[in-house]
Amino acid sequence: MTATAESAAPRTSAPSGPAPKALRRDRAKINWWLTALVAVCSLTVLIPLYLAVVTALKTPDQLGGTGFELPIGARWENFAEAWTTVKFPRALLNTALVTVGAVLLTLLTNSMVAYAIARNLHRKFFKGLYLYFIAALFVPFPIILLSVVKETAILGLDNQLGLILLYTVYGLSFNIFVYVAYIRSIPLELEEAALTDGASTWTIFWRIIFPLLGPMNATVGILTCLWAWNDFLLPLVILSDPAAQTLPLAQFIFQGQFNTNYPVAFASYLLALAPLLLVYLFAQRWVVSGVMRGSTK
Amino acid sequence: MSTLTRPNVGRKTPRVFYFMVLPALVIFAVFHTVPLLSGIYFSFTNYAGYGEWSFVGLSNYINLFRDDRILNAYGFTFLFAIVSTIAVNVISLAVAIALNGRIKFKTGFRGIFFIPNILSILIVGYVFNYLFSNSVPAIAEALGINALTTSILAGADTAWIGVVILSVWQAAAFNIIIYLAGLQTIGGELYEAASLDGASSWRQFRSITFPLIGAFFTINMVLSLKNFLQVFDQIVSLTAGGPGTSTESISLLIYRGGFEGGEYGYQTANAVIYLIVIIAISFVQLRILQRREASF
Repeated sequence: MTATAESAAPRTSAPSGPAPKALRRDRAKINWWLTALVAVCSLTVLIPLYLAVVTALKTPDQLGGTGFELPIGARWENFAEAWTTVKFPRALLNTALVTVGAVLLTLLTNSMVAYAIARNLHRKFFKGLYLYFIAALFVPFPIILLSVVKETAILGLDNQLGLILLYTVYGLSFNIFVYVAYIRSIPLELEEAALTDGASTWTIFWRIIFPLLGPMNATVGILTCLWAWNDFLLPLVILSDPAAQTLPLAQFIFQGQFNTNYPVAFASYLLALAPLLLVYLFAQRWVVSGVMRGSTK
Repeated sequence: MSTLTRPNVGRKTPRVFYFMVLPALVIFAVFHTVPLLSGIYFSFTNYAGYGEWSFVGLSNYINLFRDDRILNAYGFTFLFAIVSTIAVNVISLAVAIALNGRIKFKTGFRGIFFIPNILSILIVGYVFNYLFSNSVPAIAEALGINALTTSILAGADTAWIGVVILSVWQAAAFNIIIYLAGLQTIGGELYEAASLDGASSWRQFRSITFPLIGAFFTINMVLSLKNFLQVFDQIVSLTAGGPGTSTESISLLIYRGGFEGGEYGYQTANAVIYLIVIIAISFVQLRILQRREASF
């Protein structure tokens, strides 16, 4: 099961030197028809993004037609207007804060809980705990939605801190599932040796196990990041202070004001999509192989 | 295998393991189990979300089955979820097989196909909204296709198709990657042997590819259906449940009725039914999953 992940990683990070003979023969057999077909299919992904970019650069009177026409003279002021209208810096800061907080707290706590469960699965209490957390995977969010909103309001957690906590808690079910499978494939010998050297369980976890979880931490971190950054429903119901708005929520709130001005609205969408898209551009291989690794577990 | 040895058996569990899980257990119970139980509790009341309330027994549940808006939401959600699940799995599998073939720029294409999963579905939904309401009708008019000259989002019978297209567009990104991970577990020798024996591409797919990625297929079907049954963001940005209530999903209805309509008790009853439906479906799917796990 781990074979794919491990063999995929070196392949993607291989330095591009002169290709050996065998590889060159492979390249000769490239199916160009299939490549062209895949290229055409990939346009379906890029077309909406193209539409967003050209629309964001138009003046309102250039709208009409199919919308795919190139803008006559790029109107960059749309971005400036969107920047101030949706209070972009504030929304970006909120989203970044919630995402970073959720990812860090998730990695530190979920891995530890999974470790305790994975090493004690033969005990009734931990086995029960494991099943209890996993069972929550089948509970649809709407049923807890209304009550949890009341609860966070009473506890004073109707803010970014509450969101960080909720992402950490609601991610637990899935993450434990992934971590436990991985931890159980780590041989016990290392821990036994450390134990006889007098190391405590805490030390063993933080010094030996946590570093070994690197690949799984990457997978869990990526998935948590994508979720927390793009989530709309939780911020919509949890946050009470408009100053705490996240990026998707800000787009939703200001939608009414945009109705007459599509170019500014689209500029605003692009601003909201850009940060993660930029990060992805540079970390693309790492992100995709991280997600693939999680799926073969 | 060394992972199977259990040196702790018979010995007392170090107390530290309990310290590791207890805080998580308490917080999880507070933010997940308590809201779940309190939701079930309020489903037997006429609580509006504020003010006084009293027990009404099962009347919420009885009324649910007579409420056209509720029945309509279930009808739409299931139609949408089943069509989307099938479409996304067929398309993702096809794209993944192509990406796994002998093509150039493999990693680049893989990266492009994953982009929709990076983006906020709500925001992309606003772009698709424009595409469906303005671009497609304009193109249809230029080409003389009368059926598409009005926005599909404006028709009560066609709006759900728009929601399916957007959802499939986004969900395919993740599913393609999962299928690709599955396809890479299959050794190339199998195909070489098969083509030496003169097996056609379709035969190779049916006899080698599909059986060997069966587990990935099941996982994708289960996860897609579960996610699509909870559809919310896509609808907010595309149709807001309209025209009328034709694309109102169960999640959207619970949110609207519970927060805006003063139907807290009533909609939690709806949510309890929804929970039972999801558990029943998951149970059926898990039986299939477990049967496949042997080959995983």
